[in-house]
Amino acid sequence: MAGARPLAPWRWIGVPLVQCLILTVLFSLPYRPFGLSLPEPIFPMVPAFAWAVIRPSMLAPVAVLAMGLFLDIVWGAPMGLWALSLLLVYGAALVGRSMMAGQSVPVMWAWYAAATGLALGAAFLFTMVGAHATADPIAIAWQFLVTVILFPFAHLLIDRFEDADVRFR
Amino acid sequence: MALRENPFGELKVPLAWTAGVALVLAMVVALVLLLSDRRETFQTEAYGASRKVGDAIAAPVTGVLATPGEWIGSGVDGVRGYFFAVSENRRLKEELREAREWQVAALALRDTNDRYKALLGLKTDPPIPMVAARTVSEARGPFSNTRLANAGKEKGIKPGNPVMSENGLVGRVIGVTDGASRILLLTDIASRTPVMIDRTNARAILAGDGGPNPRLEYLRGQDPVKQGDRIVTSGDGGVLPRGLPVGVAVKGLDGRWRAVLASDAAPVDFVQVMQFQDFSQLAAAAAAELNRMPVPPPTNPPPVVGVTSATPAPAASTTAGQTAPAAARPTTTAPAAARPAASRPAATPAPRPATPRPATPRPATARPPADTPAAPSAPAAQPQPPPPEVPF
Repeated sequence: MAGARPLAPWRWIGVPLVQCLILTVLFSLPYRPFGLSLPEPIFPMVPAFAWAVIRPSMLAPVAVLAMGLFLDIVWGAPMGLWALSLLLVYGAALVGRSMMAGQSVPVMWAWYAAATGLALGAAFLFTMVGAHATADPIAIAWQFLVTVILFPFAHLLIDRFEDADVRFR
Repeated sequence: MALRENPFGELKVPLAWTAGVALVLAMVVALVLLLSDRRETFQTEAYGASRKVGDAIAAPVTGVLATPGEWIGSGVDGVRGYFFAVSENRRLKEELREAREWQVAALALRDTNDRYKALLGLKTDPPIPMVAARTVSEARGPFSNTRLANAGKEKGIKPGNPVMSENGLVGRVIGVTDGASRILLLTDIASRTPVMIDRTNARAILAGDGGPNPRLEYLRGQDPVKQGDRIVTSGDGGVLPRGLPVGVAVKGLDGRWRAVLASDAAPVDFVQVMQFQDFSQLAAAAAAELNRMPVPPPTNPPPVVGVTSATPAPAASTTAGQTAPAAARPTTTAPAAARPAASRPAATPAPRPATPRPATPRPATARPPADTPAAPSAPAAQPQPPPPEVPF
């Protein structure tokens, strides 16, 4: 009977949002296990991509904006940098969701990697314009890698909620 | 109200369109915020209320979350110290032996240095007060390299203050709120630091790019830098004090000169925020000290009080000795200029602006009254005369 009910926004938007924010804060702690600093993946990339694939929503862009602003504050980045970059990813995935429908996991992973590349490329351009300097490509590649390996979580989110709302089957 | 009675009940809008409108609105908001961002400026108001609130909340939260990690680290260090105590003891004894040799050399050099300073009447930089803080959060990405420290406005930290670790310069403060301050690291893409090569005094700008080794840009001169040269702050522009250790020069894979930061030698857990703003604080402190002067008796001639008094030193020493209190004069200028001028006129130093040193502020109660004739002698403040064997 649960499947016959409309999907509550807090289940597919609220919970992943909170999880991403918690993980972002935890990975921003100055831990150095074995003398090595922790990686810095862009956790909000997972829901920003998955929400657009699951279904269009008016709440999702607002949630992506909130996540991006949270990232900007926690990381001390220029305000709006990650908000705009993540919204670009959401918009691109929303436009291309008809092409992504029914694709296999490796293909979806490739789409996710392209979306991550779009976000990092946008952030690169915005930073270059704002700071009049180019970011280190090795540092960007490292962040790209540690973000791309998060795709299984995006796949889990899509798999769980793509058909969860009876109105969109 | 039933759905049928709602005037908008029959209105059907495609969900993709409404999502698109929400997306465009959100993007406009983000773009406006991005265009109005001025995070790297020294202006306090540029940091923004949202960032201040975020930092004020994040600092205690991340401080609590980071505590177990510190406990684990301390435990690991304790175990390691227990098992490696003998070898560490040998190493420390060797270091102590070397340090004693250096101590003897350092004391001799300090003595020589003090005499040179006294001879030249050199105005050295004042000691800079520092505030210790613990970093509770960090951003390591390519587009932002910042840290959050758990000391803020209540301890007198201001935007622009340099931040040091035990090994070298870390960055500078860009935002302050109650209980937290945001540090822009040298590796941040917005960071620009005036530095110089210690060996050649060649100036450069240390420009962060999000990677671990910031670039040395605008290097001038013929072969201004070599592999392994020490890099320190130049103090140009008055943003940072001169001589803070920054790192070592290396040639990067891209063929550009870069810096291996001295602060990377150890984890930056605790930092010291130097309450240094710029060189104008010297004049401000001098003005504050002069403003604390006692009012002279009305029977005497009015004293000349001013920060930028450019009276030549011999004349100033003559008149100030009768009218102005001793604290109104620089502690290094008046005695050093007055004594050699009487015996060796040719060696009289050129008149310097009478900017007092705020490093040696004297309390107002210690000053003698203005009509005391013995005040200008101030024997305790006189520099030691040079020994005859000191070469000039």
